[in-house]
Amino acid sequence: MKRKIGFRLALLGGATFISLLLLLPSLPVWKDLPGNVRKLLPSGKISLGLDLKGGMSVTLQVDREKAVEGTLQEISTAMKTPSMEPRIQGTTIMFPVGSGKDRDTLVKRVRRHYPYLQIQSQDASTVTFSIPPAEEKRIRAHAMTQAMEVIRNRIDQFGVAEPLIERQGKDRIQVELPGINDPERAMSLIGRTARLQFLLVDDKNPDADKILEKKSPVPKGDEVFYSHRTGEKGQRVELPYLLKKGALMSGDLISDARVAFGQFNEPYVSLTFNSAGAKLFDTITRDHVKERLAIVLDNVVYSAPVIQEEIAGGQAQITGSFTLKEAKDLSIVLRSGALPAPVHILQNVTVGPSLGKDSIRAGVRATIFAGILVLLFMAVYYRFSGVIADGALLLNLILLVGAMAALHATLTLPGIAGIILTIGMGVDSNVLIFERIREEIRLGKPVRSAIDSGYDKAFLTIVDSHVTTLITALILFIFGTGPIKGFAVTLSVGIAINLFTALVGTRVVFDAITARKKLERLSI
Amino acid sequence: MIELIKNPSIDFMGKRKITLTISSILLALGLFALLQIARGKANLGIDFVGGTAVQVHFQKTVSLQEIRSLLEKNGFHGVQIQNIQSSSDILIRTKVGQKNGSPVSAALLKDLRSGFPDNQMTILSATEIGPTIGNELAGKAFLAIVYSIIGIIVYIAFRFEFRFGLAAAISTFHNVMAVLGLLYLLGIEINLLVVTSLLTLAGYSLTDTVVVFDRIREQLRRATRQSMEEVINLGINQVLSRTVVVSSTVLLVLVALFFLGGPVIHDFSLALLLGVIIGTYASIFVASPMLLVIPRGKKAVLSGGKALPGQGVRNTNARN
Repeated sequence: MKRKIGFRLALLGGATFISLLLLLPSLPVWKDLPGNVRKLLPSGKISLGLDLKGGMSVTLQVDREKAVEGTLQEISTAMKTPSMEPRIQGTTIMFPVGSGKDRDTLVKRVRRHYPYLQIQSQDASTVTFSIPPAEEKRIRAHAMTQAMEVIRNRIDQFGVAEPLIERQGKDRIQVELPGINDPERAMSLIGRTARLQFLLVDDKNPDADKILEKKSPVPKGDEVFYSHRTGEKGQRVELPYLLKKGALMSGDLISDARVAFGQFNEPYVSLTFNSAGAKLFDTITRDHVKERLAIVLDNVVYSAPVIQEEIAGGQAQITGSFTLKEAKDLSIVLRSGALPAPVHILQNVTVGPSLGKDSIRAGVRATIFAGILVLLFMAVYYRFSGVIADGALLLNLILLVGAMAALHATLTLPGIAGIILTIGMGVDSNVLIFERIREEIRLGKPVRSAIDSGYDKAFLTIVDSHVTTLITALILFIFGTGPIKGFAVTLSVGIAINLFTALVGTRVVFDAITARKKLERLSI
Repeated sequence: MIELIKNPSIDFMGKRKITLTISSILLALGLFALLQIARGKANLGIDFVGGTAVQVHFQKTVSLQEIRSLLEKNGFHGVQIQNIQSSSDILIRTKVGQKNGSPVSAALLKDLRSGFPDNQMTILSATEIGPTIGNELAGKAFLAIVYSIIGIIVYIAFRFEFRFGLAAAISTFHNVMAVLGLLYLLGIEINLLVVTSLLTLAGYSLTDTVVVFDRIREQLRRATRQSMEEVINLGINQVLSRTVVVSSTVLLVLVALFFLGGPVIHDFSLALLLGVIIGTYASIFVASPMLLVIPRGKKAVLSGGKALPGQGVRNTNARN
């Protein structure tokens, strides 16, 4: 291996060339290259992590138990009649029945619409159905895929470049939105369940005012929901509404939602129902003329207009004191459908675009400055040999970044730390070798053999120190999460490259020089 | 040839009583910090405990008191408010992650915006972390450190001797703890980035220790009449110029990062800076004297070399 200088130089040159090719897509010049040239080259590039580029990363947990509950709720809404109100308990639903004939029709109806339901028990006045475990499992699994789909829909309509929506574990979704500049808005889009319900206001209850003032208990068939308004001084105002339990209709019957403008140019959301929805809405409005119908989204009352007359044609409006943005977002979430179950935000990290830019600028400036200092130091301290080492360090950097591009790695702050550590180890390897060579020269050995034994003696030290660090890096890779993993990847790749440049890279240069002529003195 | 140090022959091991005392104090400080962290009394980042942190920039300066009273009026209590860098950049932290089921940061930002309507506000960053994730992260970070230390012991024990592995592991542990302790004393927030820096310095100090050990091992093979103490001193002195050159180069880089790198990596570079200083110190003054303290195992064959066991190497420790 010692003498095959040509082969080793070719290896070195080849590795550098490939790295530069891999690196190209990550550089700004890439855009100026003609299209057919770009097609020939690898296209994988290093993307910047959210901590550097700005953007938000959200981990959501889908409350899958609620999906089962939601399914039961749906069944209840669909099956109930004015005279029969089903009750939900855990994963079962109980229907009160009068006569045997009632019972038979009920069972038939349930069987037709929800064939998977099983009769769990029945007595003289009730029939209880339950969701079998297999079906329950399917609902939970389906909730995840559906939730991801709904979130993807919403993000697509919101318009984000290169979003990442990924499933993590059995009930988590990781969403990454780079370069977003209105995180609050994005959050309310993603995290909102968007369960739209139409409920009747219980105006017939004579004690309504007392109940709302909390002076009297809420009756069994009713519940209290609030509307949220912003007051004149910017404070939050909540108004209570006494509503009859059980939605008359829900948002899954909507075919479209659009922003429209009222007579004072105020934005509102106009809903269009599908044919089943239109029919149901028609019936509801006919049956409840002069009553108030509350439009409730995620348990918040948006408006509760009085039904003036039967509304045919399948249109409804959600009004409220919306800004245009709010109305737009509301129409997006209604259009892309409700989440099958509420989501909880486990983690939300947002880096504003300015902080990202600043941190890149400062980091890059500091790194370049520090890099120049190191290169200068090496060149001054070890003279010509130092310059060779500088070349090796630069090569190290090129190879490392090239490898990261090939791996489609994401560069994050911890990743930069990994690069710095790698460069530090690169310096270390070179210093170890040079100090050894100096020692050999001091012992009076000729240049050629001083170089050889310097490398030989430093070899094991370098291998040992690199392998120990590699062990740490690999363990971090296995156990680390997110940013730590990025650090471990950079470090592992860096160590491997370092071994190569320190043991092969600089050596071949020394060998090439000493092979031509016999050096009397080495500049080291 | 420029040389920083010429033929040094410093008696490093002779000072081990002093240095091991200092290190014990550092270690104790680190363990205390760890205890405080476990009890939740340290300045832990919300990555580990869960909660909300929001960094905003106001166009016009706003006093912290104004913000506090505004937030308290809106029902945010126990909120930490501080300036970062300049008086118009503000960091708000709270242990609360959710309020009425909706994320706190959104409510918080909304309140700030409506509270100071004619002062334009930019969001620098907003972080919200649920307690489950926090615990998971902390647990995994801790496991990673423990497993890597075990990995190191095994590898070094295999390449050198068991006592070398143990000494390196103790020294690495000491370094991580010492830096953690100092960060705790300085009141620096322990977050995921700082933990990454602790791991980085574990890697660095390990490399440094292995280099020193390697030279000691080499001298051990050659040694005929010297005591263990002398052999160690010799080994350290021989790599001293390398140690000084490498450490000062790395320090150079870190000082540049610390002063020029911007606020995001400020704590991170500080931790690394402390780590490199302590790591370099520990390779010489902790890891090496540990070789004297740890009793030599039965298997004394030095792997990779032909040296025979007990080839004239006396362990001074045996006399103590």
